[in-house]
Amino acid sequence: MKKIKAIHSLIPVLVFLLLWEVVTRLKLIPGHFFFPPFTVVIQEFYHLTANGVLIDNFLSSLRRVLIGLSLGSIAGITVGILLGYEQNLHKIAHPIFSLFYPIPALGWLPILMLWFGIGEMLPIMIIFICSFFPVLYNTVTGIKNVNRDFIKAAQTLGASEWKVLTTVVIPLALPNIFTGLRLEAGMAWRVIIAAEMVAIPTGIGALLMRAESLLRVDIIIVCLIVLAVMCLAFEKFFLYLEHKLTCKWRQYAQY
Amino acid sequence: MPSIRLKNIKNFICGDINLEIQDKEFLVLWGPTGAGKTTLLNVIAGLMEYEGTVLFDGVAVDELPVYQRKAGYLFQNLILFPHLDVKSNIAYGLTVQRKPKKEAELKAEKLLKLMKIEHLSERFPKDLSGGEKQRVALARAIAPSPEILLLDEPLNNLDSHIAKYLRVEIRQLQRELGITTVYVTHCFEEAFALADRVAVLNNGKIVQVDSPENIFEEIDCRMVAEAKYCNCHKEDENGFSKAELEGNNASLCHLP
Repeated sequence: MKKIKAIHSLIPVLVFLLLWEVVTRLKLIPGHFFFPPFTVVIQEFYHLTANGVLIDNFLSSLRRVLIGLSLGSIAGITVGILLGYEQNLHKIAHPIFSLFYPIPALGWLPILMLWFGIGEMLPIMIIFICSFFPVLYNTVTGIKNVNRDFIKAAQTLGASEWKVLTTVVIPLALPNIFTGLRLEAGMAWRVIIAAEMVAIPTGIGALLMRAESLLRVDIIIVCLIVLAVMCLAFEKFFLYLEHKLTCKWRQYAQY
Repeated sequence: MPSIRLKNIKNFICGDINLEIQDKEFLVLWGPTGAGKTTLLNVIAGLMEYEGTVLFDGVAVDELPVYQRKAGYLFQNLILFPHLDVKSNIAYGLTVQRKPKKEAELKAEKLLKLMKIEHLSERFPKDLSGGEKQRVALARAIAPSPEILLLDEPLNNLDSHIAKYLRVEIRQLQRELGITTVYVTHCFEEAFALADRVAVLNNGKIVQVDSPENIFEEIDCRMVAEAKYCNCHKEDENGFSKAELEGNNASLCHLP
């Protein structure tokens, strides 16, 4: 059944690729010079992989995303748990975080360039900021949404504050926490590409900019495909993890 | 098991409540909805703020946090942890009190057997029926060997025949464990079937406390009189009420 489903979802993609190939080969659209056929893109993908350019840049981006996302998520979850559980702390911190939350991650770029210079810290900080706030907000919401009755029940069974937090509150907040992680996993890739395009000389974003200056549309499309696949892969990874951890007790649709 | 004494308990619902519950006694708090029954249980468990003193075996426990009061609590809506399976729900109290894992598992298995729900051990609460959930919640409440047991309308929302069956089981279990129990209900029949003593609660005040046998002898409140009247007028299988058979018509007008 799963295999049939997978095949069904592949059909539109294959049709799209076929159309792309036909339209570009037959030069049916104006400006076809800037729109190479799919097979040419695949050829370029092979070349870039074989000579290591794509892999080097990809690994640079991946490393930044992994470090930034991990740090941002850990910080977001930790602070989110504290704010969600401690009402007084929430009252103090909420106005401050509300002020910073609406600032888009890339809006921090100029000031971070001045603070950290052009180096590895810059993209990692951008990803950190991009992941921190949404994960924080989703965690706070998750913790606050836990029915207080569960806390009372745990207390009457002898659970201390710490035990209530670790054995009841956090597990029940997991679905919300994962929503934040899932959204930000994809967003981290979008942001890193933008940051690399503007300010960092290595990574997929930088490769995109170099390809643009050389009018190499095939390389641009290769980079975009890598970006799309990574966004999707990261989101699916967190969805899978969420499913593994919570599916037994949650009424799940499908993932 | 300790006796429980409530001295001058007051809060936004309770108005100066004094009550003593004997060691191993099964006391039923009976009263209408909104009388303050659940509030009083929450006071005993330490889940709610109050003025006055709660004593377990003569020792004030007002300063003790909830998790140190050793009061097993079966909530009205049961509140099983949705992320834990039945066995883990039952073993929860032992696990958080850092009992050895083996001991917690053995105790949970013993209670699963006692409650006749061994076959449910790996199920999650979302997959249980009302009666099954009720049994799991009761097993979970008694698993950590609490010193007192607080039961808040545990048979609400159950089919009447299941409720009657579980009522007998709860009473038997209480006798076996010899645990001081406070049982809250608004159901007259349930109160009188289960209790060693019935405490009648109305508008946040205890209006009468007595054994089910004696409570109708000296009626101190309108509620008891009404209960007696209703009981007397319950039709038997031939369609005759007890009152009609006994010529008994309680006058309620003079009672508070």
